[in-house]
Amino acid sequence: MAMDHHPEHPDITAEMWADIDTIIDENCAIPGALITVLRLCQDTVGYLPAPLLDYVALGMNLASSQVFGVATFYSLFSLKPKGRNIIKACTGTACYVKGIKEVMNRIGTNYGINEGDTMEDRRFTLEGVRCLGACGLAPVMIVNEDIHGNVDPKQVKNILEEYS
Amino acid sequence: MSKVRMQLMLCGGTGCHATGSKLFQKALDEELVNRGLSEEIKVIETGCNGFCAVGPVMLVQPEGIFYQKLSVDDIPELVEEHFLKGRPVPRLFFQEQKSKEKIPHIDDIPFFSNQVYRAMRNKGAIDPEVIDEYIARDGYFGSAKALNEMSSENIIDEMLTSGLRGRGGAGFPTGLKWKFANSSPGEEKYVLCNADEGDPGAFMDRSILESDPHVVLEGMTIAAKAIGATKGYIYCRTEYQLAIRRLNIAIAQAKEYGLLGENILGSGFNFDVEIYQGAGAFVCGEETALMRSIEGKRGMPRPRPPFPALKGLWDKPTILNNVESFANVPQIILQGGEWYASIGTEKSKGTKVFALSGDINNIGLVEVPMGLPLRTLIYDIGGGIPKKRKFKAVQLGGPSGGCVPEQHLDTVIDYEEIAKVGAIMGSGGAIVMDNRTCMVDMARFFMDFIQDESCGKCTPCREGTRRILEILERICEGKGVESDLKSLEELCEVTSSSALCGLGQTAANPVLSTMRFFMDEYKAHIFDKTCPAKTCQALLKFTVDPEKCKKCGLCFKACPADAITWKKKEVAVIDTDKCVKCMSCYDACAFDAID
Repeated sequence: MAMDHHPEHPDITAEMWADIDTIIDENCAIPGALITVLRLCQDTVGYLPAPLLDYVALGMNLASSQVFGVATFYSLFSLKPKGRNIIKACTGTACYVKGIKEVMNRIGTNYGINEGDTMEDRRFTLEGVRCLGACGLAPVMIVNEDIHGNVDPKQVKNILEEYS
Repeated sequence: MSKVRMQLMLCGGTGCHATGSKLFQKALDEELVNRGLSEEIKVIETGCNGFCAVGPVMLVQPEGIFYQKLSVDDIPELVEEHFLKGRPVPRLFFQEQKSKEKIPHIDDIPFFSNQVYRAMRNKGAIDPEVIDEYIARDGYFGSAKALNEMSSENIIDEMLTSGLRGRGGAGFPTGLKWKFANSSPGEEKYVLCNADEGDPGAFMDRSILESDPHVVLEGMTIAAKAIGATKGYIYCRTEYQLAIRRLNIAIAQAKEYGLLGENILGSGFNFDVEIYQGAGAFVCGEETALMRSIEGKRGMPRPRPPFPALKGLWDKPTILNNVESFANVPQIILQGGEWYASIGTEKSKGTKVFALSGDINNIGLVEVPMGLPLRTLIYDIGGGIPKKRKFKAVQLGGPSGGCVPEQHLDTVIDYEEIAKVGAIMGSGGAIVMDNRTCMVDMARFFMDFIQDESCGKCTPCREGTRRILEILERICEGKGVESDLKSLEELCEVTSSSALCGLGQTAANPVLSTMRFFMDEYKAHIFDKTCPAKTCQALLKFTVDPEKCKKCGLCFKACPADAITWKKKEVAVIDTDKCVKCMSCYDACAFDAID
């Protein structure tokens, strides 16, 4: 049930709104589909701005508070904009033992971002994530889809310069 | 169909992907085509082989030659020498740590030869994206037997005989869980698979899903028949994209073959499975929270009873088992519960999969019989501790578990025996720590994790874990006081006994366990303001021992902060004001002169 009026938002284009309407149309009748809808909307826009959450609530016929509650509960969802490249540094036990802290410190020194931050020009977002299940390669960092294992803090800059 | 004389089983698990197996596979395919060998030699991408530490790995069948740490540059030699002339390349064999002996055959490598495969019987042996290969290894024979020849009661009896207990960690008998759900009234019931593997240092479920997705679907189908369910969900972490992709392929293939969906194998039984992607919340591994999450709500647990077997997903009778539990089911049905119970200890039957990681030589995934001593797991299969360092403890069960120190290493793998030494079997994470790991810092790490993941619904967990963390942080910063030890014990006790769900009830375990075995380290932090393992930065102060210093200058060269002054033939001196405590000099010194 596409709505005739879309709220204005600088980060959401007309095409994105069309995609969002399709996502809501396809899922609004399925019980429990809210998490799926939010995930797909985030894939479309990059993050979940507040007006979008209200729009999803309207489309899914749920209270805004419920949608907001779910969006803030799960670590997958971000209400803040993200960078073009997402660095996920694994903070699991194995990576911790093998020195992921130092890797993150190096990223901080080189790009001026701490865990959870996005660079002003939106080049990188640094996230500390839960165990990625690749403990054999600790310490592990994932940039977008690429898995980098056995990361030496000295290589961090070389690895990241590949992503613009 | 042309005759294939050689099969190259190349590992395509996440670990090997990251070390370059994709590039290797592409180059290998090209080389085989160029040499005109692509008809007689086939490259097959398998699921996780388990030996992630030496990836990318490849098994050459039917000879059983195992190659490790492969790179694109090795391809011409491999093809020329081995695949054409029949002379395997020793340079790429596994090398035994101590004897330096090169071992060509997979069956002779200690990492593999001490294992017993049941849940992982197909790992590395089949192409996980081809259902025919699964069927060729007795796949779906178990569900065929269950659907056509057995009643629900027969299935449950067989499961009870097998003695299989929940492999997610708590160890509740699987057959009993099914029995309760079977006897619950209701038309609509659900079978759920917990693939929300969240323990740090655990990757068993991911590997099973990646290497053998059909076994989980078959196990769930049998469970559905046992309790009378028609719908199942696999709740999988969204981070496990490869596992999700392979599961989707598997579900589509099984439906096409009539092994899933309506009227399965003409038995009149219907069962459908859907994948539900979790959105990243550790607490969703708790069963009631997981069900709330599938309902599209905040994943917060609720008090039990009523247990999910009575009121679960959408308030309907539901069973939840983890991936490894389901992976054991088809063989139990096919070969019988007694066969399964033939190995193991009195109360823990069958095998357990462990993810070995941390300070251990053979990092990877292993499946071992219950009753095996932890020492064998760590020293024979795991190959011991690297760099001749000393073993300190192995952490079992992640944030709900505890650590097993040297003096208890002869404990056998068994739910009750492991509980006796203050740890838990857990889902299978086994993180080995050497003497450079600070146990107070380790407790702090787990508490940091838990308080972050606490859903906040109940006060003991929300506040208790926060306060415990504050005390541990204080101790690590060198600001600990004597009364902290007593406060810690009290807080742990209160949190464990009053929290709502398993997450809070077990949250204190890592603290209690380290306090039990490593009290001297807590005391060193509090009273002497030192960190014996040299981990807690605030407590480090580096000096050079003039007696031991050989005046070589290695530390001087290693220091990134210009904090060391040194001239030829003079003892080095560290300026503690400039020192950034990075440990570079400590690592660089070959004579243990820096302390």
